[in-house]
Amino acid sequence: MPAHSESKRVLEVRRLNVEIPVPTGMLRPVQDVSLHVDRGETLCVVGESGCGKSLTSLAIMDLLPTKAKRTCDEMQLSGDNVFRIGERAMSDIRGDRMSMIFQEPMTSLNPAYTIGNQLAEALQRHRNVSKAQARERAIYLLEKVGITAAAGRLGQYPHQLSGGLRQRVMIAMALMCGPDLIIADEPTTALDVTIQAQILHLLADLQREFQMGMILITHDLGVVARIADRVAVMYAGQVVETGTAKQIFNAPQHPYTRGLLDCIPIPGKTKRGARLGAIPGIVPSLVGHMSGCHFASRCPQVHEACKTGNIDLLPTAQPGHLSRCLLTQGAGSAPRETEGAAS
Amino acid sequence: MNDIVLEAKGVTRTFMISGGFMKPKRPLHAVNGIDLRIRQGEVLALVGESGCGKTTLAKMLLGLLPPTSGSLELDGNPIETMNRLRIAQTVQPIFQDPYSSLNPRKSIGSIITLPLKVQGDKDPGTWRKRADEIMELVGLPRRVYNNYPSQLSGGQRQRVAIARALINRPRIVICDEPTSALDVSVQSQILNLLQDLREELGLTYLVISHNLAVVEHMATRVAVMYLGRIVEEEDAGTLFDTPKHPYSKALLESVLTPDPSLGVPDTHLGAAYPNPLDMPSGCRFHPRCIKALPHCSTIAPRKIPFGDGHVECHLYDENEGKGKLAS
Repeated sequence: MPAHSESKRVLEVRRLNVEIPVPTGMLRPVQDVSLHVDRGETLCVVGESGCGKSLTSLAIMDLLPTKAKRTCDEMQLSGDNVFRIGERAMSDIRGDRMSMIFQEPMTSLNPAYTIGNQLAEALQRHRNVSKAQARERAIYLLEKVGITAAAGRLGQYPHQLSGGLRQRVMIAMALMCGPDLIIADEPTTALDVTIQAQILHLLADLQREFQMGMILITHDLGVVARIADRVAVMYAGQVVETGTAKQIFNAPQHPYTRGLLDCIPIPGKTKRGARLGAIPGIVPSLVGHMSGCHFASRCPQVHEACKTGNIDLLPTAQPGHLSRCLLTQGAGSAPRETEGAAS
Repeated sequence: MNDIVLEAKGVTRTFMISGGFMKPKRPLHAVNGIDLRIRQGEVLALVGESGCGKTTLAKMLLGLLPPTSGSLELDGNPIETMNRLRIAQTVQPIFQDPYSSLNPRKSIGSIITLPLKVQGDKDPGTWRKRADEIMELVGLPRRVYNNYPSQLSGGQRQRVAIARALINRPRIVICDEPTSALDVSVQSQILNLLQDLREELGLTYLVISHNLAVVEHMATRVAVMYLGRIVEEEDAGTLFDTPKHPYSKALLESVLTPDPSLGVPDTHLGAAYPNPLDMPSGCRFHPRCIKALPHCSTIAPRKIPFGDGHVECHLYDENEGKGKLAS
């Protein structure tokens, strides 16, 4: 890694694991997840429910349920260690240097306080500012996120706002302290398609303007394709493939990513009424230790070798494109070999 | 002519909403003059933003809510002359969330056979056999017959909901966001299943969805709803290739196809979805429309027939002689 790019790195997570004790054993919902985000870059974490994408983000924010244990080799925010630094120090960082936008703005805003109150709180907690200054910043950001007559909105309660407006307030709140990193967990899932497009537009604009790093967690491949610089595809607790958006969508390597892309009807490409692809089988249980590839039980190209040992996330023929699959690893022969296996 | 299985003529539904303490109630026109026809074997998709009246319309078609005015016919019979059992025999719903639409205390078998019980089916001895048949049809393994919903995955639960809807062989199935709560890989299985069942059983679907990619994939006809009215109705191919109403265009533009070379679209719609209690005058879409003409804010647009469908927009009204037909 060249030295100059180190300074741009906002988040570096290496080998993150989460373990939760359950009655039947040890649930391991996040296994060996490594992520990094640069300044001004959007990383999309995509996967189906239960793949561990939300727990990964909660683990980074140190907001896991109390029973859950996390371990990792490295977790750095703009070069500073943020792993096991204590609750006090962590709460200084949360909302200040990294902040989070949740899926359902109605449940994540406090219904008993005005939005002005909640916006100002974020700034007053972390900075030595007066009420008036906090209010000024709140108005500035509400206008930035496209809310008209912002000063008048400060006295309103969350229930007086529509879903789209609430999500804008959430975004403004996340920006109050000018964070280095924003983690947005399904920020548009609860919204209409028209509003979704607007919110994504807004997030992309703000991120460019403030040069933040952003992790966007979603299950919607359409959102990923349009907004991501880089993509990490998660399956059963692991990152199975990562690369630039172009690499993932135009030349997916891992059989799971390919299967996922076949499942969605693509206007203009998929014939109307034609059968869609499917991934047969179900996600394996993540309780206890598992050997081999997690996708082996559902993979159409499974080999004997896939069922044993530990399969690492290793480079494919393309630079920056990594895949956790035996078929796609190795010296540049990957694309031809997988195509042969598919036919 | 008898192939029209569902017809709505000038259907409206008004709710009286409390205006606040000591204030008079105010009317909310959730559905405001809708004409709709669905032919046997068609898949009509109803699309629009939340609050546009899609679900209210679906409830009226299921006989759960009487229309304030207008008439509804199922299979040629006015819905008010049919009793609940007859309606339930003709039309059945599949709901969005298979986690809340199945009773957690009932076994899968009793959930699936309940419609037979309700209809007073004469022959309880055959219930198990019929349940087995329908379970096979929707791809549920027989062994789950005695299981409970909590033991099934989301996709399997949605299959149970489909089996329950189909066991009495209805003619029309109303699918309210049938795959929104499901994962992508499961969604494709359910969509494939719905397509297969339509061909096999000759079903007619009314699909309510905000996922336009799903709609484009499934639908044969599409009706775009905005604030209680159908602003455009068309053959699916025509509508997706050449949408006419500015709102339909904006909706289609906001669909995010998984193409990394494109950015996030700008729909120019503005954030403000109008308050349905205080509807805009004239064309209801004019405050958000980028092509609004001066008279759009005063005169409500007529219904203009277009090929097989219709559009409600002044831009296409030739009689007004404006010649403003823009692409």
